[in-house]
Amino acid sequence: MSRSLTVVRTGPQSLIQDLGRPGHAHLGVPPSGALDVPALTLANRLVGNPGPAAGIEALLGRIQLRANCSCTVAVTGPSILVSVGEHLVDSHAPVHLRDGDVLSLGAPSGGLRCYIAVSGGIDVPPQMSSRATDILSGIGPHPLRANDVLPLGEPFGLPVGADVLSPSVAPAELVVPVLLGPREDWFDDPARQLAAGRWTVSQQSNRVGLRLDGAALRRAAAFESVELPSEGVVTGSVQVPASGRPVLFLADHPVTGGYPVIGVVTAESLPLLAQARPGTPVRLQPLR
Amino acid sequence: MLVELDSLAEVEALHGALLVADLPEVVELVPAATTVLVEVRPGSDGLSRARAVVEAADLSHPPDRTPRQVRLPISYDGPDLELVAETAGLSVDEVVALHSGAEYTVAFCGFAPGFGYLVGLPEPLRQARLDNPRTKVPAGSVGIAGEFTGAYPTSSPGGWRLIGSTSAILFDAKRSDPALLAPGDHVRFEVAG
Repeated sequence: MSRSLTVVRTGPQSLIQDLGRPGHAHLGVPPSGALDVPALTLANRLVGNPGPAAGIEALLGRIQLRANCSCTVAVTGPSILVSVGEHLVDSHAPVHLRDGDVLSLGAPSGGLRCYIAVSGGIDVPPQMSSRATDILSGIGPHPLRANDVLPLGEPFGLPVGADVLSPSVAPAELVVPVLLGPREDWFDDPARQLAAGRWTVSQQSNRVGLRLDGAALRRAAAFESVELPSEGVVTGSVQVPASGRPVLFLADHPVTGGYPVIGVVTAESLPLLAQARPGTPVRLQPLR
Repeated sequence: MLVELDSLAEVEALHGALLVADLPEVVELVPAATTVLVEVRPGSDGLSRARAVVEAADLSHPPDRTPRQVRLPISYDGPDLELVAETAGLSVDEVVALHSGAEYTVAFCGFAPGFGYLVGLPEPLRQARLDNPRTKVPAGSVGIAGEFTGAYPTSSPGGWRLIGSTSAILFDAKRSDPALLAPGDHVRFEVAG
């Protein structure tokens, strides 16, 4: 029998993710892919997979998987309780499953997104060279449901252990460095407004973007009622819609936008944004 | 890097120059109405190489490339066809002849995967969007708005005036060539028999 896992139950949202499908924005296709890339690549490394292998991104954990073959799994992301059958096992470490074993994730006490890698990777058919589920455009496999059977590839190599591995950090307050531009001139004193603003992560946040509640950024008088022709945007763009409350674009963002982008967060911040729960206080730190 | 330009023709010229340069460090190259976005691999020297291409580009002449020719079958059966004819002061047959007689170019894509903004629309058909956008436009609907015409790849909300429909599947991520239209392609609408 070919190697596979069966989804026994999912948490609030469980998606197949890999490193996404960058390079198709000119066709209107978002990059997609894991939001906390270091967590996914760590999980892959622990089970002997190359970084781009597809795993599962489980929002708030709570997923249960049954192995239909002997395989190695690893759970990364925030600190979380993991069990095989009745027995607690380590997160952030390779765990062996026998045919029939059930892997269960608890709910993380902080952070949002847990990653599960399996030896061989999840081998659903790729779409545009990626297996990632894009919730904006509907490209890729559907969100996981109970009783889904996930085919696995042939194992790549030996699982790699490590003595000390750090869970993804979910800081109490997010301080996000922002490179100003390309449309900072649309705002009054953009650096000062960004530095002075206080926000919290909104409930409306998802893989498209982290929406912020709080201060509204004011446009410069010359741009007050100007409409911006849609233009290309990158992951990490801080877009300011009509409400003035910023949206930080994540992997499933639309490839073009008709509101000005005041700045772009540094690439190192993206994994932190992936783990920021609604209600988390946010400050934006302008860089010149 | 976001390059701001003065016209769609300049966007086309710069996009063409960057395509011809084919820099391996470029991850995304996204033309839009008045801009070209160039995203490069972090830590590479792609930005300075792209900047050199931008500075050397002749914005008054797009580079010679052989565009793809795409033909989209169309039935002129859209719910706004009569409104468009009335606004243009033409008969429905004249609108059909104008729209199907023109050759269009994909200026850029966006809004949804496979949605191409086509330019080359005859002057009388350049009309405002609907005052009240539809909450649901069926997939394959062909519409006009301002200087653009285009076809909806999937069912979605939309405010374009709908003049017809195409049976072409504009986007299918499972196909080896998922998007029927890419920036720079030449497009004609052919009345389905």
